[in-house]
Amino acid sequence: MKLKVSDLTIARGGIPVLEGLSFALDSGQALVLRGPNGSGKTTLLRTVAGLQPAVLGRIDVPPESLVYAGHADGIKPTLSVAENLKFWAEVFGNKDYSHAIDAFKLAPLADRPAGALSAGQKRRLGLARLLVTGRTIWVLDEPTVSLDAEAVALFATAVRGHLAAGGLALIATHIDLGLSEAQVLDVGGYRAKPLAENDFDGAFL
Amino acid sequence: MIALLLRDIRLAMRAGGGFGLGVSFFLIVVVLVPFGVGPQSVLLAKIAPGMLWLGALLACLLSLDRILALDWEDGSLDLLATSPLPMEGVVSVKALAHWVTTGLPLVAVTPVLGLLLSLPEAGYKWLIISLFVGTPALSVIGTFGAALTVGLKRGGLLLSLLVLPLYVPTLIFGAEVARRGADGFDTTTPLLMLAGITCGTIALLPFASAAVLRVNLR
Repeated sequence: MKLKVSDLTIARGGIPVLEGLSFALDSGQALVLRGPNGSGKTTLLRTVAGLQPAVLGRIDVPPESLVYAGHADGIKPTLSVAENLKFWAEVFGNKDYSHAIDAFKLAPLADRPAGALSAGQKRRLGLARLLVTGRTIWVLDEPTVSLDAEAVALFATAVRGHLAAGGLALIATHIDLGLSEAQVLDVGGYRAKPLAENDFDGAFL
Repeated sequence: MIALLLRDIRLAMRAGGGFGLGVSFFLIVVVLVPFGVGPQSVLLAKIAPGMLWLGALLACLLSLDRILALDWEDGSLDLLATSPLPMEGVVSVKALAHWVTTGLPLVAVTPVLGLLLSLPEAGYKWLIISLFVGTPALSVIGTFGAALTVGLKRGGLLLSLLVLPLYVPTLIFGAEVARRGADGFDTTTPLLMLAGITCGTIALLPFASAAVLRVNLR
């Protein structure tokens, strides 16, 4: 299992944000993306996840191996915690979701409507979804937002377990997850040059 | 796929899901018609098939923006787009869930509402058949409209403007089936046309909806 990105240029709203980006991840490896706000971390993750096309370059991902978790958790407030997880497990063709409940200590909340959870509890539910998918490449955008220190530790444990089982993780985050084995990539160095302003006529053609 | 269908139906049934909304709206519209055109039952019987079809169509329209907008807001749509389900399947299942929670109840309450508009006795059967055959097209076309407007905040009005013209053929032939049935004429031709429109939309529009949705998710 290998995730390989070569010479990638990505754009947001038609404006290139990052260019010349290359990295490769093997089984058991994690890559942490850093960079200031607006530097294109989310765009990069969405491009890798296949939600938007790359401007230039290649992304080699084995088919049906990737799971994406964005800023929003995709939680339905009127379904219970267990129902939310069960749904995502079934979408990814799995039955069992109890290990995800245990990993993020959601057992006391399992029957509660997800709308009644706090922001951090919702996030834990959103991250628990990763475990029920059974996918090997995790693409995570700011996974630790609104988590407390204890929950961050739970998350780091989950990532470590995932890597130990041969998984890959691509994580955009600002805080230190305590993943000493993870490589760090600062996307700030790949900022795209602004487009030359000679396409004025082109805008009207 | 089945998990998604069951989830959507369950969500619609839960509080705030808007399950009864379409049917209630249909009821109100139909109750208002006699107030507007007067209580002469001869006139009402004449316009009943058309009014019932129009009411059903508007009730269907009311719930269209729920099909995809809610999933867009909470991020589920991004996650579904990266899931093993093909996008065409997602939009088809969503249209089916919309039909089960909106179209089918409309078909079920129509006989009662037909009574309020003194629909001729011969018309009931054909009205129900025409709605049963026609409402799936309303859901599928509506899902296409919902996919077009999914990224827009409060795109409900735009959605109506986009979708209503596309509903015209279904309305024409659906109401024609019901009217001919009520008048005791042969209904074969408009019914075949209506079924053809429904089959065509079910076969083709999911691909368009999925393509539009992929663009809108960028």
